[in-house]
Amino acid sequence: MSEVLLGVHSLSVRADGGQRILRDVSFDLAPGEVHGLVGESGAGKSTLVKVILGILPRSMVRTGGNVVYCGRDLFTLPAPAFRALLGSEIALIPQDPLTALNPGRRIDAQLTDGFRLKQRLSWRDAEARAVTLLEEVHIREPRRVMRSYPHELSGGMRQRVLIAAAFALDPKLIIADEPTTALDVTVQKQILRLIHGMQERHRTALVFVTHDLGVVAQICDTTSVMYMGKVMEQGPTERLLAAPRHPYTTALIAANPRHDRPESGLKPIPAAVIAAMRAEIAAGDANG
Amino acid sequence: MSDATFVKPAVGRRGGGSAVVKRLVRDRKVVVAGGYILLLVVLAIFAPAIAPVDPLAQDLSNAETPPVGFSGAIPDFLLGTDDLGRDVLSRAIFGARIAITVAFIAASLAAALGTLLGLLAGWYGRSIDNLVSRLVDVWMSFPAVLLSILLVAILGSGLDSVIAAIVVIDWTRFCRVVRTATMAQARMDYVTAARAIGFRRGAILVREILPNVIPVLIALLTLEMGIAVIVEAILSFVGLSVSSDTPTWGGMIAQGRQIVHEAWWVMTVPLLLLCATVIAFNQLGDGLTRALDPVLRR
Amino acid sequence: MAVITLFGVAVVVFCLLRVVPGDPVAMMVGPAASAADIAALRAHYGLDGPLPLQFLTWLKAALVGDFGTSITRHQSVLSILGAYLPATIELAFSALLVAILLGGATAVVATLLRQHRTSAAIDALNGVFLALPDFIWALILVLAFGVAVPLLPLTGRIDPSIDVPFATNFLLMESIITGRFAVAGNIAAHMAMPTLALALPLAAVIARVLRQALNEAMVQDYVLLARIKGMSELRLILHEALRNAVGPTLALTGVQATFLIGGTVVVERIFAYPGIGNLAIEAVINRDFPLIQGLVLMFGLIFILINIAVDLTVVALNPRLRHV
Repeated sequence: MSEVLLGVHSLSVRADGGQRILRDVSFDLAPGEVHGLVGESGAGKSTLVKVILGILPRSMVRTGGNVVYCGRDLFTLPAPAFRALLGSEIALIPQDPLTALNPGRRIDAQLTDGFRLKQRLSWRDAEARAVTLLEEVHIREPRRVMRSYPHELSGGMRQRVLIAAAFALDPKLIIADEPTTALDVTVQKQILRLIHGMQERHRTALVFVTHDLGVVAQICDTTSVMYMGKVMEQGPTERLLAAPRHPYTTALIAANPRHDRPESGLKPIPAAVIAAMRAEIAAGDANG
Repeated sequence: MSDATFVKPAVGRRGGGSAVVKRLVRDRKVVVAGGYILLLVVLAIFAPAIAPVDPLAQDLSNAETPPVGFSGAIPDFLLGTDDLGRDVLSRAIFGARIAITVAFIAASLAAALGTLLGLLAGWYGRSIDNLVSRLVDVWMSFPAVLLSILLVAILGSGLDSVIAAIVVIDWTRFCRVVRTATMAQARMDYVTAARAIGFRRGAILVREILPNVIPVLIALLTLEMGIAVIVEAILSFVGLSVSSDTPTWGGMIAQGRQIVHEAWWVMTVPLLLLCATVIAFNQLGDGLTRALDPVLRR
Repeated sequence: MAVITLFGVAVVVFCLLRVVPGDPVAMMVGPAASAADIAALRAHYGLDGPLPLQFLTWLKAALVGDFGTSITRHQSVLSILGAYLPATIELAFSALLVAILLGGATAVVATLLRQHRTSAAIDALNGVFLALPDFIWALILVLAFGVAVPLLPLTGRIDPSIDVPFATNFLLMESIITGRFAVAGNIAAHMAMPTLALALPLAAVIARVLRQALNEAMVQDYVLLARIKGMSELRLILHEALRNAVGPTLALTGVQATFLIGGTVVVERIFAYPGIGNLAIEAVINRDFPLIQGLVLMFGLIFILINIAVDLTVVALNPRLRHV
């Protein structure tokens, strides 16, 4: 990992009340690579995404660390320069396709935003590019979809549209925030394959947020396992899954229902593991 | 969860009252607005004692005297005189009598009528509800100002007609809100419980539902008083309120409007009072809503 | 439904007017007239015969546009309405336009500044505008721009010294279309204060409701995503949030537009503006029954039309409703 596209260094975030949300989170991402952020709900994955994208809610404060993109510290970047990066170089695939499309605008308007705003293309050129994009995400009848409003499309279709929009300007970095969680199980796999395929073809670096280790195994090069805002274990995905070093990772792997062994079922995380982790985190808090 | 709805929200009962008063006293806007209204009531009641001059006394030699502080002012007439040399201050004080009377009587009567119909429509539903709702719809499809002018023209001018016109027009405000609130209360489990015990419907309406509708009603009533003051002023302005020898703010404004270039103060003084009164009733109403709102209270 | 409402209004007004004390015909002819003269006049104005019959006669004529003859003006009610209505339409439409622009701009600015201290000040100020009705604003404007800083004419619709022929009674529209901008300017100056008086309370309502709707829209996921597309705050409000906020705002404030029409009555009176509102007060004071009936029906009709227009616009603005 010589070249670093996105570097997250010792990032810490606290809520208004003082409780820690992120504890000293670091990871590096090389161009074209996929980094997985795994954890249960409340592990701080979404907050991490929000910090990177500069949309941290007012109820939270960054208390330390920085995010470096292409050698530039995102937090010291002036707002217009940051806005210029967003969309054209950094994009997001959101979690819930049902709420992430504007119900009042047609798909063509929403999909061509980037072309018209950032690349100053004419409406016709932008439209042609958008149609190509829709074909690339395997949408049949792209012209009809272009003229539709979001409520006329299914959840899977909407997620495809959102994926198309994220890849529209060929960004160097895409953050996928649990992009399959809100979808039907059958659609989930298709969407996952689609994102993976697009990522490889466009050589886009991807931060993939999920609570599903199975997904991580499929597409992530490196992975961070998070708990209560702290990275418990980090490393190449293959190594991490094959030889987990942290008991929590082991427990997570055990808890994950595997498609090859569905009868194994869900195993809860052992209480002893949780207790040990909490002690570890508390000790870290006391030192920091 | 459903257990909670069996416990009747004790709004309007003695237990909640002192807490509401405490919240009101702490609300600065409410204190200022309430103080102003109180002052206005005192002025209205004791107008003959407080007003420096007889509001009807004409003094043509001192016509259109500007208020104190402007050149040509006479200290006897603190806020100046009109084109007939009548004291603006005294007339404004006497004008408060009509304004306050209309505010309290008209708003209360409109509230009584609207609440009665709203309770009946919301509680008994079916044909009564249909009839009342339709009536409200037709009523609201009329321009209120036009309707009031029409009514006063039909009934003949005078204080009674003004009050009648306001009641006849604005009962719908209360009716709609009370109907909705009643329907919401009627769905509560405590009402079902009361019925299961065997209370008669009418008894439940008066004893269980009415107390819970009252907070909404009080806030609405206060707002309505502000509206009543305005309607009275408009009718006086048009010349359809009380006879022209009784000083009213609307009448003073109409008169002042004619001589606005010669004596702007004749119109300005009652206009300021009118503004202040409307805003005060509004603030009081909003404050009451805040203080009585059972949701915010928790 | 609309027709039933209108019919109900007609019946109520008709009955109310007939039971009033005070005989307009007797008032008109004076004490010297003979009984036969009065009877003849009654017949002429459709004021004889039993009440239901009077109503039927009136209704039959009204359906073909004949609202009778004004008692005081001795002209057909329809022609009087035709002469006065355009003035009110021009006034109401410009007030509506100003209210939408003012209210919309206030809401957008307040949303833009929603994390800033000034937004509380905007809200407080808006509260004052909400509390004060058009009647008070009209008088405040009279004092402000008619007396303190005498910029604008206080009464009328057009300077009496301007003597240009008009083909229609839509004076402002006509002079703009025909390119007589000096005349249009003069008319606009006359309309400025009544327009503003009518617009301000409505603008305050629009500002408050739209602000609320915008605030709700701004925290939606699609706005967040658009922000991540690198859109500026203003663009987010105007392009993403506004179109979803306008529908609910219109549904909630559309009825308020009818208050604006009601407001023309007293505002036109204050500025001696020759519209149907001013006419209505005059007709009521003179007990001109045929004219009052015509006017009330006209107001009823305008109200119904506004409600229909609001409903249609709400549907047109919501893609979900539009396609079913």
